[in-house]
Parts: sequence; C-alpha cells; structure tokens
Amino acid sequence: MSWATKLKQTLAGLIARRTPLSSSQWEELQVLLLEGDLGPELAEQSLENLKASLERDATLEMALANLRAILLSLLPADEGLRLVNPPAAILFVGVNGTGKTTSIAKLAHSMREQGRRPLLVGADTFRAAAGEQLQQWATRLGLPFIGHEIGGDPSAVVFDAMEMAASRGLDPVLIDTAGRQHTTHNLMEELKKIKRVLGKKKAGEPQEVLLVLDANAGMNAIAQAQVFHETLGVTGLILAKFDSPARAGFLFSIARQWQLPTKFVGVGEKAENIRPFSAVEFLDQFLS
Amino acid sequence: MFENLSQRFQDIIKKLTGKGKLSVEDVDAALKEVRIALLAADVHLSAVKAFSQNVREKAVAREILESLTPGQQVVKVVRDELTEMLGPGTGGITVSSYPNSLMLVGLQGSGKTTTCAKLARIFKKKGKSVLLVGLDLKRPAALDQLKYLAKQEGIPCFAEQGAGAQATTQKAQEYFRAHHFDLAILDTAGRLHTDSDLMAEVKAVQDTFRPAESILVLDATTGHVALSVAEEFKRWLDYDSIILTKMDGDARGGAALSCRYVTAKPIRYFGIGEKTDDLEPFYAERLASRILGMGDVLTLIEKAEEAFSLKQQEKVEQALLKEKINLSDFLEQMRGLGKMGDISGLLPSMPGLPQLAGAKLDEKMLKRWEAIILSMTLEERLYPEIINSSRKKRVSSGSGTSVQEVNILLKRFEQFKLMSKQVKKGVLPKFMRNIH
Repeated sequence: MSWATKLKQTLAGLIARRTPLSSSQWEELQVLLLEGDLGPELAEQSLENLKASLERDATLEMALANLRAILLSLLPADEGLRLVNPPAAILFVGVNGTGKTTSIAKLAHSMREQGRRPLLVGADTFRAAAGEQLQQWATRLGLPFIGHEIGGDPSAVVFDAMEMAASRGLDPVLIDTAGRQHTTHNLMEELKKIKRVLGKKKAGEPQEVLLVLDANAGMNAIAQAQVFHETLGVTGLILAKFDSPARAGFLFSIARQWQLPTKFVGVGEKAENIRPFSAVEFLDQFLS
Repeated sequence: MFENLSQRFQDIIKKLTGKGKLSVEDVDAALKEVRIALLAADVHLSAVKAFSQNVREKAVAREILESLTPGQQVVKVVRDELTEMLGPGTGGITVSSYPNSLMLVGLQGSGKTTTCAKLARIFKKKGKSVLLVGLDLKRPAALDQLKYLAKQEGIPCFAEQGAGAQATTQKAQEYFRAHHFDLAILDTAGRLHTDSDLMAEVKAVQDTFRPAESILVLDATTGHVALSVAEEFKRWLDYDSIILTKMDGDARGGAALSCRYVTAKPIRYFGIGEKTDDLEPFYAERLASRILGMGDVLTLIEKAEEAFSLKQQEKVEQALLKEKINLSDFLEQMRGLGKMGDISGLLPSMPGLPQLAGAKLDEKMLKRWEAIILSMTLEERLYPEIINSSRKKRVSSGSGTSVQEVNILLKRFEQFKLMSKQVKKGVLPKFMRNIH
C-alpha cells in the first residue's frame, strides 16, 4: 500500500468516528508522516496544528486540505535566480554524490535555451574525473568549460573563470565544487576561500550559493543544510533525484528553520530533466 | 558518526540506569523514546517497530526487571538486539575461489566507483591480481574516474566506451579471462531502483560474470526510502551483501538498520572517507556499541553481563560450583531459598551446614540481608574482603541495620563459601538437586 493511501485511510478512519482522537491514533498519523522523511519533531508539530484546525465533523478532504495548508505554509515563496550585473557567479555546493555536476549541466542547458551563454567551471579538483564529467557535459551541450588538473587550487580556477567570463561575455558562471562531507573542516574552509576569492575578484559575487540535496536523503539533509548555510550563507536549494519514490520531507524542516527556498528540482539524468521548484507541485507529490 | 543517535541513547540509558527498580511502564516509556530516536536516525518504521517489540519482549521478563541492575540489563538487551539487527558481523568479504568477480550496484551517487577502487586495493593487498571493470557507460566520465583511481592504485582497468552495455560486458569478460586475473571488480551504472530497463541491464551483467558476490552500495545518509531501495534491488537481482558508504559524515546510519531488517543481507564494509584506504570491515557488535555511545555504555554492559550471568545461574548447584563465590551470588541464593518457603526444616539435614541452619533463615531476615547487600557497592559485593569498619558503618546506615548485623551477614557468607567448597567436593549435590 502506498504511503498516501495509508495516510488517507488513517485520516478517513479517524474522521469517520467523529470522536475525539486518541493519542494512539495520532501516533499512527505521526508514523505516516515520518515515512515521508518529515522528521519526528516536525511530524508531531504538524499533527498538533492539524488537530487544532479540525472541526469535530471534518471530512477526510478537509483534513487533507488542512494538512496540505499547514505544510505549504512552511515553505517560503517560490523565487527563481536573481542575477544582476553580469557575469554573475553561482556556486554549487553539497556533500558527495548528491548530483551537483549533473544539476549544473541541466541548469546550463535550460539557461542556454533561454538565450544565455553560461560558463561551466570545474572547481572540483579533488574527486577523480570530476572535471572530466563536467567537461563532457560541456562538450555534449556545446558550452564553454574551464577547469584545472586534479590537485589544483580550486580558487585559482574560479579566478580564471571570472576573467574568462568577463572577456568573452559569458554569463552566468556556474561553479562546480568538490563534494564534501559537511563535517570535514578543511574542505569547508576551502569553500569559504573560493567564495572569498570570488568576492574579491568582483564585488557581490557569488550572487547565488546553491546547495544540492539528494531527495533520497533522510534527516541528515537537515544537518547538511545547517552546516553549509552557516559556513557559506546558502541562498537556495536544488532537490536532485526527485524522480525517486523518496518524499524529501526534510525540505519542510530546512525551509522552516532557515527560510531557504528550493529553486530547482532534478527529475532524471537527461539535460532537460530539471524544472523550477513549485511548492504546490511538491506537495502534490508529497501527498499524492 | 552517529552522534545524534548516541546522544539520544545516552539520555535514555541515563534515565533507565538511574532507577533501582524498573516497572513495565518504565520500560515502555524508555522504548517510546528509543523509537523516536531511531526514527530521527532515519531507521525505517517497520524496522523500528520490530526492534522495539523484540526489546520489549526480552526486557520485561522477570529476571531482568527483578535483577540487581534492571536498568543496565535493559540497556544490555537493547545492545544485544541492536547487534542482532545489524549482524552478522562478517568483517569484510572472503572470496573462496579464484578466478572470481565482485559486482557493485546501487543508486546514483551512492559511491560505487570509489568503493570499487577501495575493494580493489584490499584484494591487491591480499596478493590477488585484480582487474577493475567499468561498466558505467551512462554517467559522463564515470569511466575516467575509475581509470584515474585504478592508475593511482596501480591496478589494471578495463574501461571502454562505445559498444552497448551487453557487448562491453562480453568484451570485459574476455579480457579478464585472457589475462588470467584473479578477481574482477565490476562497477555498474548508478540507477534508480524504479528504472526497470537499467535493472534488467545490471541483471545481464550478473548473469554473464556470475560474481562471487553482488553487493548493494548504499549511502548511509539515505532516508526512509532506503527500505524500498534495498527491496526493489533485491527484486531484480539477488544481491548478496551490502556496503555502506559515507559513514564519515554525521550519517545517522539508520539505513543500515533498515536494510538489514528488510533484506537480512550481511553488511560487509563501511566507507569512511574519500581516500582509497577508507573502507572498514563491518562488525555488528562494534557498530552497535558505537551507536549506543561507546565506552561508557560498554563498561555498563560489561558490569550488567557480570551480574546477569550470576542471575542466570538459577540453579543453586551451578553457582555453588563456581570458583569464587561473592556476595552477589550469596544474595541470589538466599533469594532463591526464600522463594522455597520455610527451609529451616530442610537445612539441618544438610551435612556440613549446622551453623547456617541454626541461624534460622526466615523471610524477615532474608529481607534484611538483602537490604545490607544492596547497600554495598558492586566492588564490595564482588570482593567482600575489602569491607572494613568504615564501609560497614556506611552499609549499615544505608540499609537501616546495625554494624552487628552486617558482621553476622559477612560471617554467614563465609559459611556459605565453605559450604560451596563442600559442594565442589561432592558432598552436597544430591541435596541441591532435590530442592530444585
């Protein structure tokens, strides 16, 4: 039975009884939200709010509508990228394997479709063949690429990239960084340095710092958001691999705690498999 | 790793062990917190439920709740169940015959390619000639990544772009055979478990190579979806084991518990970093201890185990046959005798025990003895010889008795020890069997 069917049945069961809900019944509901990776704390809070919002004779539809409204209110308003004063730099960060490089390629593709000329920057000089991965995407998409050898200084790559973008009229500058566990202090320091170098090269850069999160992640995604945000000042999220059956409920916690908007959703491995985030659509999928 | 979960467990443990007596309600309350802690650590609900049920079943047993250290015993049950759930702790992969192969499968970004290189290094160290085979023809530069890692480790690598997946697999196998390698390590394309075409493709690789083990590589930070990943992959190809990656972050590792629960496949290694030697053999017991908060808890459990093993020797016979008898044993035996009702009639018939019988073992006195022994530290119970006069004073005021009574108890204990020696010599066994 799907998650949502269970949720509906439980809600319907609760409401059909039209009696005050017992604590064990609420626990059942809590459990259902937990399976969507909402996290124990937020699941409980949401249910408290749902409880408070329901009339005694509420129907299943009303309950679901209220739950949807409660969850929707946690997500900040949709915003696209706000890029001014070209060339604008966008820094992509995240832990290993969340889908940074693929997300960049997909975004670059959609930007080119909109008539822009993005520059792809391989500042991941750590993982074997990370530069090649982005470079191959660049070739495939017919977009300019700049990168260094493994072991090179990522800050130097970024510096060169800004020069190149300015001289050749490329915009925006999409910077791929090495995936790193947010608990690795040195690598986090390196990211800070990249950001600093960008700011020195051109005031106000990077204009966006996008954290790429894997939709399959659990509560750890919240910890990732916290550390990356505290270290770098994240401006938005990209939810990658959302074509998986994972429900990515952690987005609600992240949105609530740091008001971080999700800007894009990745839904496949093809260049066009990315779309702007829509809170309504996300909830459709979360509760579908 | 596991800091969050450990912290929660430590809090729960503190509450449990802080109580001298535990009721079933106490256990249930603690288990509720355990459930929330596990859920917050991304353990799938069904696994959480099973875990909590198993623990409850064992923890509310009388011999646990009525033991000297109920809190510690419950903690021990939790640890044992956790180990059970994570186990068997196999400690790496053993390939029994060569030439052979290992195949790695998993979601995109789970860490397959890096893990392949790490495994290759392990087997190279064992003196095997290893071939890394790149079959991920999908992700741009995946082959480059594998080639680069192979070069870095000085390990041959077969990675050819161009032909389709099936043709490449065939070619790779021919190459492997022609060059007489011991072990092929197969890196497959990352795929969503819902993508049936790709799953069929990886199945074809498995059919071609017939690897010694097919291994599911799973990111330790995976959320509740881990369960369906593990299940769905299993539906397509019967993998043999699991490797958990990215345990170096603050991964809660709940995925480990979920996967073990749903697949019953052993976890072989866990990845703890990006360097090629960052792969550790998996031992369930160690991980369980780590989850529960390492050293402190371990000591606690060791103590509990000590007490528990005594308690388990319900048969007077066995306890008496032990090399060294301590006050905890004495207490257990006295309690056991107390439960038998009036024993004064029995005791005189016991050869070698006139003094003890003369002491009139009645319920009331047993209660007082119990109070005295319970007022002693664990050390004092184990090594009564250290009980000096100041300790006696403390114990007597703690138990609401007098120093004199403490002295009597210690004297009785000496007699008890004497008796046990006689049991060892075979004077008493028949009698002891009779009363049980």
